[in-house]
Amino acid sequence: MTARLWAAIAAVLLGMLVLAAPAGATQHPARLAVPAGASEEAAESVQGTVRDPDREPLEGITITVTQDGEEVGSAVTDAEGAWAVPLPGPGSYTVTLDVAGLPEGVAPRAEGGEVLDDVTVRPGASQGVIFQLGTGEVEEGGAGIPVARVLQLVVDGIKFGAIIAITAVGLSLVFGTTKLINFAHGEFVTIGAVTAYFLSTAPGNLPIVLAAVLAMAVGGAVAGGVEVGLWRPLRRRGAGLIQMFIVAIGLSLLLRHLVLIVFGSRRQQYDEYSLQTAWTLGPVRITPRDLVITVLAFAIMIAVAVMLQRTRIGTAMRAVNDNKDLAEASGIDVQRVILVVWVLGGALAAIGGVFFGLTQAIYSEMGFELLLLMFAGVILGGLGSAYGAMLGSLVIGLVSQLSTLWFPASLAYMWALLVMIIVLLVRPQGLLGRRERVG
Amino acid sequence: MSDDSHEELLAQRETAHDEERQREAEPSVGARRAAAALAGVANVPGVAKPDPILVADDMSRRFGGVTAVEVEHLEVQRGTITALIGPNGAGKSTFFNLITGFDKPNSGRWSFDGKDISGAPSFRIARHGMVRTFQLTKALTRLTSLENLMLGATGQRGERLLASLLRPSWARQEADIRARAEELLGRFNLTHMRDEFAGTMSGGQRKLLEMARALMVKPDMILLDEPMAGVNPALTQSLLGHIEALRDEGMTIVLVEHDMDVIMSISDWVVCFAQGQVIAEGRPDDIRRDTAVIDAYLGTHRSLQEEDPS
Amino acid sequence: MDVLAVLSVAIRGALGPEAAIYALAAIGLNIHFGYTGLLNFGQVGFMLVGAYGTAISVLSFDAPLWVGVIVGMACAVVLALILGIPTLRLRGDYLAIATIAAAEVLRYVYRSSFAEPVTGGVFGLVQFADGLYALNPFSGPLELGPLRFSDRALWLMTVAWGTTFLAAALVWLLVHSPWGRVLRAVREDEDAARSLGKNVFAYKMQALVLGGVLGALAGSLLAINSQAITPDAFIPIITFYLWTIMILGGASRVLGPILGSIVFWFLLTFLDAFLRSAMSAGWIPGTLLVPSDIGAVRFAAVGLGLMLLMMFRPAGLIGNQKELRLDVR
Repeated sequence: MTARLWAAIAAVLLGMLVLAAPAGATQHPARLAVPAGASEEAAESVQGTVRDPDREPLEGITITVTQDGEEVGSAVTDAEGAWAVPLPGPGSYTVTLDVAGLPEGVAPRAEGGEVLDDVTVRPGASQGVIFQLGTGEVEEGGAGIPVARVLQLVVDGIKFGAIIAITAVGLSLVFGTTKLINFAHGEFVTIGAVTAYFLSTAPGNLPIVLAAVLAMAVGGAVAGGVEVGLWRPLRRRGAGLIQMFIVAIGLSLLLRHLVLIVFGSRRQQYDEYSLQTAWTLGPVRITPRDLVITVLAFAIMIAVAVMLQRTRIGTAMRAVNDNKDLAEASGIDVQRVILVVWVLGGALAAIGGVFFGLTQAIYSEMGFELLLLMFAGVILGGLGSAYGAMLGSLVIGLVSQLSTLWFPASLAYMWALLVMIIVLLVRPQGLLGRRERVG
Repeated sequence: MSDDSHEELLAQRETAHDEERQREAEPSVGARRAAAALAGVANVPGVAKPDPILVADDMSRRFGGVTAVEVEHLEVQRGTITALIGPNGAGKSTFFNLITGFDKPNSGRWSFDGKDISGAPSFRIARHGMVRTFQLTKALTRLTSLENLMLGATGQRGERLLASLLRPSWARQEADIRARAEELLGRFNLTHMRDEFAGTMSGGQRKLLEMARALMVKPDMILLDEPMAGVNPALTQSLLGHIEALRDEGMTIVLVEHDMDVIMSISDWVVCFAQGQVIAEGRPDDIRRDTAVIDAYLGTHRSLQEEDPS
Repeated sequence: MDVLAVLSVAIRGALGPEAAIYALAAIGLNIHFGYTGLLNFGQVGFMLVGAYGTAISVLSFDAPLWVGVIVGMACAVVLALILGIPTLRLRGDYLAIATIAAAEVLRYVYRSSFAEPVTGGVFGLVQFADGLYALNPFSGPLELGPLRFSDRALWLMTVAWGTTFLAAALVWLLVHSPWGRVLRAVREDEDAARSLGKNVFAYKMQALVLGGVLGALAGSLLAINSQAITPDAFIPIITFYLWTIMILGGASRVLGPILGSIVFWFLLTFLDAFLRSAMSAGWIPGTLLVPSDIGAVRFAAVGLGLMLLMMFRPAGLIGNQKELRLDVR
């Protein structure tokens, strides 16, 4: 590639960052519409909770609501930081926070952020208003970012990355042994989470731990069944890789929407461990549930690594990964190894799905959303390398969480995917991939 | 196999025999010309040639810790058939890939026909007139034989996106290219496969197709990577005939080949690789007696020790 | 159940503007995959930039609609360049992942709150295509037996099918030229094309741009058709629809995507209408399926159809079976 081309790419990427950065800083306040029934009064109101950058409520802050320059009402935040101002009717209002009442070192994150114009209140709605408060310093680059928040995001990122990692290992192993990019891998995640949900709710009401173990079995069985019933016959018929890739996409669509029919479109939570008080460990807060999940995810990763290095089947997997023909010639039952890889990958994806469901929510699209992050992790780490998949996924988890330091949380996944595209640009073989010819 | 192709085979064998008889009778024009040009050249590695078409210097390529190619200096004389020999993994094919731009060397400069082409992309090197074929034939399977050949022509106006929409702007050139392609199909006895997908051809036919396609580029030099591999004996003779005929027309040919009989019978000059380096070069007779070459092969090839009686 | 009603709904689906628009986007995809072998799984991203390029030009810059459509196509050129430069040198499956990711990145950006002033965020944009409807030459509806097309639908069908057939004609000219020959050579073997002096990267880029522009044009038409767009209408499933359409009709056939789209939409709307009337007739127990599941059934059916097609008839309806048997990939 010529230097000119590289320069052009760099310029485009830089331009995107420059455009995005100030836009991210001056973002609109999030407006949450609460249905009328949820509020005690049927009439319109605006309400909210004022918290400092560490998410602690702020008491005694005055909030004033005006319309066309005339004051409509005001309120002072209570001990929980909550406030509410009843309104005469629907319409557009301006909500102002009294900066003078803020403690030292706390100020609106964006300049002029204490005044929110054009807060639209629909008939009967109790409109939520959020003031985004920061440390008062204008955030430029790395300066002025509270260390505590960074640490918190690092912890969240590691947790998220570890969950992606255990799901991505299967994707990577399947690719390594069969060269198939399994587009349906995300569905194993969803199937695992949904299975555990059905087992742990009525009428079974199994404890979630047991349900998770059974979900792993189901995930492994589904993946193994797909291998035996679909992929093996296709390979026997000498189907091309692109042909199988497209079949995998069809399978992904089919499974995802079968789950949707059975499970419904609503997001669900597991009954157990859904609400927990977070532990405060120094500057970082984490719920016992999330801590256990993170530790378990790492334990699973270590177990997979030990299996790959120390056991016969693990050695066989690596051999097939390196050179299928050579492995076959040296007496390894390649078909059996591939089957084990599918079952293992399916089971790992299923438990990853349960973890994801526990920390976030269970919904039919969860697997597909995770799939793109898995791809990002796998490519970042190096296609076909199981350890690369783990490392890459951790990085992707961290990137997506840390991006919320500067950018809206709704774009967290976007940054993870962008990192993948940039990696393809500068180091297509990934962090741990072998430097073979990929293009 | 159908009757048609069987007859075809017989015909090919017949022409091959004719050509062979002719060759045995006396060396061809090209062979004599090449012998005369190389007459005063010493048989030492890296020796300068009177009229080199390809000059390579300090070429090296490493894969991980292994050095696959390490060539200090190599020249290829214009208008000759030069063979690259050497045991498996000696770096012949890697060297091919390097000079044709299909692989990037860790270091090295090389020039073709006086123009420095170091590091140029492969398609540009091909346009300079240095065209290669591949060890594993790359017939474009879902294009017909004719399309395969027509693709080879360079400077096609209709290959530009906007011009392609204006048929009159390229229709005449296309007709010329078609005529030339059909002529080459005839020359390589492939006319009966004209409208068949290349994917339906036999291995030997694909080799012929690939060579014919390379000729469509109108190259000054053609590099053949194991042109005889997987080709049945009857077709081998015909392929050899084609290669010699090309040399006689003034083209330079470099080939990688394992079959010593083939090499000794048609080459004007032989370069022997071992462990990535040029360990010997010279006329076939010099190479046959070269101790370094015999050591490199550990005497595994009977044809190195004694002349083939046939 | 009224079989005639179900059938006429299905026929309307097969001939409606959506079928034309999807055919157009699939024609673009056919240039990518059918002729050049590029695994583009982000065609919906091109549709998205086309749709928003059109809508934003009209709403934010008061441009005439036709300028908006051109802006949309220009956006596709930029997207293809940004996407192609890093990925076209890589193996095909990398392109597949990079394109699907890029399409999702675009969707996240367009729906994000900071883009809201321009893109309308999750709420999208409405009412930007009045310019086209003002030109509607049809004054009344067309009735053919049980089929009824409103004047608005007739106008949209004329525009959409007209554009689609023009695009097909363009593709026919292109692929029956030496340019198209190089494209197919690149599809078969990049190294062989390189060894014959063809600049493979340039051809792949041209194909990516061209197919992407057709995708963007389809996106513009989609936006014009509904007069309303939201980023969440441009999800990856749309791309999978397009792949199904292309393979159903026959990849690397000029008319493949058009035939594929007509059959695809006929089957899809038929399934939809059939399930609805079967449910209201009480043939399907509510414990098994409820009307809100129909969308999911439809997607599942597409998935199953794509699988079966690829396994048992990868050449599609009008593909050359003999040609396909040579597929060694």
